[in-house]
Amino acid sequence: MNEFDVPGTTGLTMNEPLLWEKGRQGRSGFSMPSRDVDPAPADDDLLAESVDLPDLSEVEVVRHFTRLSQWNFGVDTGSYPLGSCTMKYNPKTNERQAGLHGFAGAHPLLPEAHAQGILQLMHELEGFLAEVTGLDAVSLQPAAGAHGEYTGMRIFYAYHASQQNGKTKMLIPDTAHGTNPASAAMCGYKSVPVTSNEQGILSVENVKAAMDEQTAGIMVTNPNTLGLFEENLKEIAEIIHAQDGLVYCDGANMNALMGIADMKAMGVDVLHLNLHKTFSTPHGGGGPGSGPVCVTEKLRPFLPVPRIVKHEDGSFGLSHDAPQALGRLHTFFGNVGVMIKAYSYILSMGRQLKTASQHAVLNANYIKEKLKGAIHLPYDRPCMHECVFTDKKQEAQKVTTLDIAKRLIDYGFHPPTIYFPLVVHGAMMVEPTESENKEDIERFIQAMHQIAREAEEDPGLLHESPTKTKVRRLDETTAARNPCLTG
Amino acid sequence: MRYLPHTPEDISEMLQAVKAESLEDLFPTVPESVRRRQDLDLPEPLTEWELNTHMNELASQMSDARSIKSFLGAGSYDHYIPASVQYLLGRSELSTAYTPYQPEISQGTLQAMFEYQTLVSRLLGMEVSNASMYDGATALTEAMFMSLRIKRKKNVLAVSSLVHPHYREVLKSYLAPTSFELVEIEAGPDGRTDLSSLKGRDDLAAVAVQSPNFFGCLEDLKAVQAAAQDTGALFVTSFTEPLAYGLFKNPGSFGADIACGEGQSLGIAQSFGGPGLGIFCARKQAVRNMPGRLVGQTTDKEGRRGFVLTLSTREQHIRREKATSNICSNQGLCATTAAMYLASLGGSGLRELASLNRDKAEYLKSQLQAAGCSLPFGAPTFNEFVVRFPGGHAEAQEQLKDKGIIPGVDLGHYYPELEGHSLVCVTETKSKQDLDILAKEVSA
Repeated sequence: MNEFDVPGTTGLTMNEPLLWEKGRQGRSGFSMPSRDVDPAPADDDLLAESVDLPDLSEVEVVRHFTRLSQWNFGVDTGSYPLGSCTMKYNPKTNERQAGLHGFAGAHPLLPEAHAQGILQLMHELEGFLAEVTGLDAVSLQPAAGAHGEYTGMRIFYAYHASQQNGKTKMLIPDTAHGTNPASAAMCGYKSVPVTSNEQGILSVENVKAAMDEQTAGIMVTNPNTLGLFEENLKEIAEIIHAQDGLVYCDGANMNALMGIADMKAMGVDVLHLNLHKTFSTPHGGGGPGSGPVCVTEKLRPFLPVPRIVKHEDGSFGLSHDAPQALGRLHTFFGNVGVMIKAYSYILSMGRQLKTASQHAVLNANYIKEKLKGAIHLPYDRPCMHECVFTDKKQEAQKVTTLDIAKRLIDYGFHPPTIYFPLVVHGAMMVEPTESENKEDIERFIQAMHQIAREAEEDPGLLHESPTKTKVRRLDETTAARNPCLTG
Repeated sequence: MRYLPHTPEDISEMLQAVKAESLEDLFPTVPESVRRRQDLDLPEPLTEWELNTHMNELASQMSDARSIKSFLGAGSYDHYIPASVQYLLGRSELSTAYTPYQPEISQGTLQAMFEYQTLVSRLLGMEVSNASMYDGATALTEAMFMSLRIKRKKNVLAVSSLVHPHYREVLKSYLAPTSFELVEIEAGPDGRTDLSSLKGRDDLAAVAVQSPNFFGCLEDLKAVQAAAQDTGALFVTSFTEPLAYGLFKNPGSFGADIACGEGQSLGIAQSFGGPGLGIFCARKQAVRNMPGRLVGQTTDKEGRRGFVLTLSTREQHIRREKATSNICSNQGLCATTAAMYLASLGGSGLRELASLNRDKAEYLKSQLQAAGCSLPFGAPTFNEFVVRFPGGHAEAQEQLKDKGIIPGVDLGHYYPELEGHSLVCVTETKSKQDLDILAKEVSA
């Protein structure tokens, strides 16, 4: 490969100390509003010493965080095929819309008449998400995917409580995200694992064997975390429903299915979406996300309050009139700023959301076909929006998934999700998304082939990588053994 | 479509490589019975320019802090945000990254998080902070569950009725599927929590108050600490306005076990209530019981300082159903924003800004009193307080509507016994003139 075949290169990297290692008392980076009232006397007992924060000028603060940002890799930096995270492009116009002062400067307790614009937006967004999933009602309140899952489990709990059926167990496939069993446990459900079959999907028999009267339902991810469509879900749902169980779908992977499949037809009762995955809002290095829940008509009464309602006169409002509702799960209405970005994305895309899903699936299948000779592919079947490889072919050279991931960094790519799903030893989960053009996908494939060759010819190169980054591999063991969490 | 780079040639080449005839052909594993029959029923796609017009129109139907004079607080505060902070949080290397799973290319996020943990711990006087929770309500809820994990034999939580009503609602929603019990501690006549009902209890895992509380009053945290200690419970203190700790003694100085609350005040736009910032601080000895992500300092193989996510054996992706919380994504960029904001203010600026908030609120108090309003509670306050306008809240709100003034939150909505009272908030964004106008208008 010549130097332009892959984006990874070295450049000038600036050092930058911690904030409190800089500055000098008396500096300020804040334009203090003029004082137009007199100081009010206060009881000395109440007052504290000044907080020990560094005093910095505005330029020091700006350079500090600009330098920090340059040590980071984002979607705007390069390809980010992090499986299950849908790192698609985050459109810039969405930022503009969420920053409009009418939205960004709006207080959550504004009287309804003062907040019609945002209430209309939220009401319409609920409708769009219902349309994309095929479900009937939506709550935008959950602030992240795991919060949405929890909300889903609370809806299960509220429904079963209304039926007084004393259900205590939850079926969870072995491919599930770790948040699934954690969310179920918070609602008092005991996890019952269900193994997937040799094709990497759930079989009707395994679910049938695990299902009983005490089981509240099942939590599935579709497409699942192997990137495979759960082909038997409709039949599985019938088994669950036959004993008054409910079907929860983790919609983290909805980017494969927009305009393609209908969640209600699959028998899904509750589904959460990640607006920060499928609907293009930036993930912010760990949030804020947004995890709306979508439900069937039967479960609408249990959704969190307040609900956004459209009055007969066409105006919008907030309603607490829902006696079976599970209550409130966020201080106000959820991460509204994130909702505005997702709404803008949907209005920009319209029906082309289906094209986005098709291209995402095309890209993943293309990578799967082009890489499967060099990297072990445990399930050689048509995949959805992501595909899972392993380090099996590199085992003999003592090269692991971690080494491959770290070497990819030197080539200028963010690594895939590694060591997940747990059912595959040494998993590498690649999700290119629809945003990547063909040339960048070819470069990624080329880099992976090169790494596979290096693993045979010079495995040390992989063990030593990355070498071009601000820091090299970090000592995580010491970090956990002697935690240093503040400076 | 500008977000979809494939040309028809790209598509046909790639389809050939995957042995599919068409894009529709890519889904052989999706059974007919679950396929969508119709196209998505969504509006025609808008151009960027049409979208701008549409969004401008929606935003213009909002009364934001620039178009009206609002004295609303109650958990969301109107503070000035420096342009430098807004600019920096838009750095897309930070905003378009995922959770820092690969530390070598995430040092920006990780160092910023470590700095956030440090600055917030200093502000609250606590030993450790996590990398954020969703908001103030879920932070308090997680604090209560953490208390139950630590005090394993106790199953009752005592929460002041002066904790934000929405926080208590969220806590109740989370407690519903459990066998744990919640008792609410009543308010005393001075606007602070009356701790006398706690005497003699031995079943409490935590005693939680909010300071400044929902009435804006500073709680007597020393007394709360003593009451918690007497009952053998953890002392949890919540807040909605962390700026108060730029001036007043912080939770750590009173021995709080957990300090948690909402950090929206620290440079984050109000955005109709979210995204905000759930702040969560605790004692170091309890760190392995904490929920959420933690960033720790370490070294790389060449001995250079670096940062990583750490103590992840507490978390859902390792411990699954036994995790300390199910939280995964948090409010990372909001925490980064808070670090940027606190760095811009500095220790000196924070002190001055906090003083200004309090001084303006005290000035408005004196003007309102002179205008015939009553202030029912005697306890000290920060930038928010309870008042009864001469004609009551509803009348004041109606009367001020045409003047573009929202005189505060109708407290009777949350506390029926305070029918007619208002919760009024004053920050640095209100000028003396704004305060004089409010006092004049409500007296008329």
